[in-house]
Amino acid sequence: MTRTHITTVINGDEVDFLAEDSTSLLDALRDEVGLTGAKEGCGTGDCGACSVLMDDRVTCSCLVFAPEADGATILTVEGLADSGELHPLQQCFLEGAALQCGICTPGFLIAAKALLEKNPDPTETEIRYGLAGNLCRCTGYDKIVRAVQEAAIQMREQ
Amino acid sequence: MLSSSPSAQVFAGATDLVPQIRGGYPTPDVLVDLKKIDQLVSLANDADKWTVGAATPTVRLTEDQAFSQEFPGLSEAAGLIGSDQIQSRSSLGGNLCNGSPAADSVPAMVVNGVRALVAGPKGSRVIDVADVVTGPGEISLASDEFIVEFEIDRMPTRTADAYLRMIPRTEMDIAVVGVGARIGLSDDGTIAEALVVLGAVAPTAVRVNGAEDALIGSTADDDTLAVVAAAASEACNPIDDKRGTIAYREQVAGVLAKRAVRIAMERAEQRNGDV
Repeated sequence: MTRTHITTVINGDEVDFLAEDSTSLLDALRDEVGLTGAKEGCGTGDCGACSVLMDDRVTCSCLVFAPEADGATILTVEGLADSGELHPLQQCFLEGAALQCGICTPGFLIAAKALLEKNPDPTETEIRYGLAGNLCRCTGYDKIVRAVQEAAIQMREQ
Repeated sequence: MLSSSPSAQVFAGATDLVPQIRGGYPTPDVLVDLKKIDQLVSLANDADKWTVGAATPTVRLTEDQAFSQEFPGLSEAAGLIGSDQIQSRSSLGGNLCNGSPAADSVPAMVVNGVRALVAGPKGSRVIDVADVVTGPGEISLASDEFIVEFEIDRMPTRTADAYLRMIPRTEMDIAVVGVGARIGLSDDGTIAEALVVLGAVAPTAVRVNGAEDALIGSTADDDTLAVVAAAASEACNPIDDKRGTIAYREQVAGVLAKRAVRIAMERAEQRNGDV
């Protein structure tokens, strides 16, 4: 199968890569671009471990064909930290022990960022609904919800 | 391009397509991304109607305040399709043409009389959304046709819609029962227009004529709503599966039909002013 030349902006940098048309954006990010933060959990859009922002919208990268990303702006978990300083969400996840095995964490961080951009002061219920597309089999979610609440407070104060 | 191969297929958000391919369905030789056509990802209105591109992500509907105020039921149904991740990609066209009996947006589109502009090699035609799905996974469009956009007449005053669904979890599941309702009131407060459509309880979305007939001319009092519930339960022809037994689906259809009619009625009473 022919490979398509795809031009994107990923985490602020212009990135060109080649991918087969039927390759998922997730596989292209991991195997062609070398960004392995986004994880494959289910591969069917149920678990959210592969979440990225594509043109500012939270998306399961496993459901996107790589050529669809041509011309798109993408943010992966690798782009959250700023010049080595962790994003408030990352810091709050660490301090609140909102992760155990860590497979779901990149997806949660991206989905939480999208949620807080849309709603900077969400209720606990809004956080739980907003993160319903992300599954975690370790934490039981409470620590994740509390970490997002804490990060929301810090981000509003900034 | 669609005529070039028997397995050629269009897609919008691919939120159903990718899991189908992964689940072992054959991969189409040609896939056409409809989102690259501007008209297919549009959202606009004029004095007469709204037009929604068939591939417009459903998040654009739920985020659009004017649309969501005018069609709260359709907006709510669109907001129940999967997670935020899915709603960045899912579309009314995809939700409809996937042909699932449980598609949330379909009952909400049917109660609002939504029409689909269909394009194909012989030109374009307009059909009612109610006539698209013919059975589970089956649609009336030819394999070289696709939906370009949906047309939705502006909501008249004193008329409103609602959509409710039941799932075993709170999010991220497939409807066990979905009910769309639309109620229009006459000047004396009685019901002049009534539509009740069930999803997930039959091979396709079904209109509940018995409920609609009972509602017209009434004020949706308790006795009328009891008839609505009985008619909704009667209209079901559901499957028995892990999400719900036949008896459960029939009973829940009645309960949700009553509630959806009440919500649509309350909303209609509040829609006195300009649209």
